[in-house]
Amino acid sequence: MSDADAPGGSASGPSAGGSEAPESATAALVEAARESDLGLVVGTLLAIYAAATLLTFTDGLNSVVGLLETLTFLGLVYALTALALNLQWGYTGLFNIGVAGFMAVGVYTMGMVVRSPDPAFGPPGLGLPLPVGIVAGMGMAALLGGVAALPALRLKADYLAIVTLGLSEIVRLSLQSSAFDNFLRDTIGAGTGGGRGMGMPDNPVRDLFLVDGQAGTPTAFGDLVFGVFGSDGLGISQPILIGWGYIAVLAAFLVGFYLLLERLGRSPFGRTMKAIREDELVADSLGKDVNLVKIKVFVIGCALMGLAGILWFGSQGNVSPTPQFRPLLTFYVFIAVIIGGSGSNTGSVLGGIVFAAVLFEGPRRVGGTVRGLIDAQTPPSFADAVASLDPVTFLAYATENVAPLQFVFLGLVLVFIIHRRPEGILGDRIETAAAVDLSERPAGGESDE
Amino acid sequence: MSSDAPDPSDSAETDADAPNPGDVAATDPVTATADGTIGEPEANDSEVEEAAKHVPSGSPSEAPPLRVEGLVKRFGGVTAVDGASFEVESGSLTGLIGPNGAGKSTTFNCITGVHEPTGGSVYFEGEEITGLKPHQIAREGLVRTFQIARELSEMTVLENLMLAPQGQLGESAIRAVTPGLRGAVVEEETALRERAWETLEFFEIDHLAHEHAGNLSGGQRKLLEMARALMTDPEMVLLDEPLAGVNPTLEEKLLDRIHDLRADGYTFLLVEHDMDIIMENCERVIVMHQGSVLAEGTGDEIRNDERVIEAYLGEEL
Repeated sequence: MSDADAPGGSASGPSAGGSEAPESATAALVEAARESDLGLVVGTLLAIYAAATLLTFTDGLNSVVGLLETLTFLGLVYALTALALNLQWGYTGLFNIGVAGFMAVGVYTMGMVVRSPDPAFGPPGLGLPLPVGIVAGMGMAALLGGVAALPALRLKADYLAIVTLGLSEIVRLSLQSSAFDNFLRDTIGAGTGGGRGMGMPDNPVRDLFLVDGQAGTPTAFGDLVFGVFGSDGLGISQPILIGWGYIAVLAAFLVGFYLLLERLGRSPFGRTMKAIREDELVADSLGKDVNLVKIKVFVIGCALMGLAGILWFGSQGNVSPTPQFRPLLTFYVFIAVIIGGSGSNTGSVLGGIVFAAVLFEGPRRVGGTVRGLIDAQTPPSFADAVASLDPVTFLAYATENVAPLQFVFLGLVLVFIIHRRPEGILGDRIETAAAVDLSERPAGGESDE
Repeated sequence: MSSDAPDPSDSAETDADAPNPGDVAATDPVTATADGTIGEPEANDSEVEEAAKHVPSGSPSEAPPLRVEGLVKRFGGVTAVDGASFEVESGSLTGLIGPNGAGKSTTFNCITGVHEPTGGSVYFEGEEITGLKPHQIAREGLVRTFQIARELSEMTVLENLMLAPQGQLGESAIRAVTPGLRGAVVEEETALRERAWETLEFFEIDHLAHEHAGNLSGGQRKLLEMARALMTDPEMVLLDEPLAGVNPTLEEKLLDRIHDLRADGYTFLLVEHDMDIIMENCERVIVMHQGSVLAEGTGDEIRNDERVIEAYLGEEL
């Protein structure tokens, strides 16, 4: 089959192999959606959009589009990071729980390389162009990944996890340290900003809409877009429109990540990765250089994590080590991969989107909306809420404090998934690890059975 | 036949065969009759083609494919292998037997690089391979199967086989993803897929090609292991109890395959507990006891060796 070497949205052949006749119309529909990966992702997004619209449509179009923008942004950046992690954990079985550290290294390196040497405030940078900064960020994350891989050669899963978690914390605490900041300023002339963090370079997407990124001076393209969708047209605010512009960039990167990783997976290299995940000794005994492959996987995966960090946090105006690059971030990404089904790239994309929309952002939004509908005083403490014996008061308390309760919710969902469907949404699929279609015997030989 | 304790009728049968075990192996009556009864013309064809494509280069005149000299392996205070020395002749099917704890598996692990020997040396086709990593040894053309089948359970049978060949272009990550270079990878994969199918047919597990290897039965896993080992294009295969836990029909099938392949020039070293199988199938037998080689010779010689009887076979024989 010729489409095997173009494993984009049309990668339906292998996944369709081995499917049985569906039992009902719904099952048939689900089956059809599962066969088309693109359909699956778009369908999930549309379902999330519909729910979000339902939640906010009373507040007007601007709120709806704004919420959709937030959800899509988060979904895409989680999908990007989940893809990178899936390469290491899903395919190769390398238990890297230092994702946050590699992302931090990527985005900080980018910031230090690109920031002006003499900024109005914040640490100085090297003043190089943005593409150089992005490549440097990826390179630095890859380098750190290579260093992290060295213990990976000798450590089994749990111990590797401890090492990578430690590494990620070392990165975070180093970036936070003012001594390290001063040291870098003295030696290479670019600093990290210590605990205060650093402002990120201007987003080129913003320049596409606004001259020099200044509000109030739209470019010709900006004029056109703002005219149609903005205050003169549909009434959507400019930052939201620019946000959608950036989402287009993220989507392009997501497609790039996906194609790269699918190609990597559907190759002899991908087979070796899977073999290492299944049984290292077998891979070794069949003449595969297990250590070399592990190093490569670490380097590639960490470079992608660095890039994901740049795309995610580089667009957020300011980065600082402590709230943003806590190990919690790593666990969020792991949850995304687990939900989607480790070992499946499409699953990782889906998992990222579902996690960001349904588990991460969803509860807060739903909680806020529900709180708005309840006409009751919020009790000052949990004890008061329980003591009131009034479900409405209790709900008011719960929705008011949805952020901490979210963790309870997250935990319950994880327990449910691990118990009921440990393979995730798409983890049961056979992801072919070959550059050619394996679903049937090509002409020449007799078909199987 | 497969029971460890030889009953009188069994040994009578083996005795009838025994007068000339060397001839038995040379003319391969087992193979011929079994092929006739099983009847698999298409598999035979592809097997011949396949054998023609990658016949091991070793010829009997060269240095012995495998030579082990004074191999020692200690785990802390325990000496598992204590100065074992033996040779395996090119193109032979050599049996390695010994009571439990004699050091057979440890010797295997030392030869294949899983363990680093404490002392002694291992030569493969004249080259020293002592202390090399398993993948380096596999690349030299010396591959093994495992006592407990180690299938890659979440990969399909076909993928298991396609993993094995050495030096695939697409094992380079850059070649696998770069648009211009991927063409050659796809081409190679197409050829590889065909070869994997032929190998599956040869072992009569082609109907399982798309099954996850973890869903296979114990015997099928053994077949898969051997098929996978052969896909590496080896010169020599070390079989660690390939018949353990295999039913008699499948056992016969596996032995047929081994004899066919041996006739094609592959060299085999076979660890097995079942005396009858070793005596009937191997032209040379090495007996290990307490970490060193106790005796070496034809089945007959071994059977009549006083020390072997004392150490292992008991007075029955």
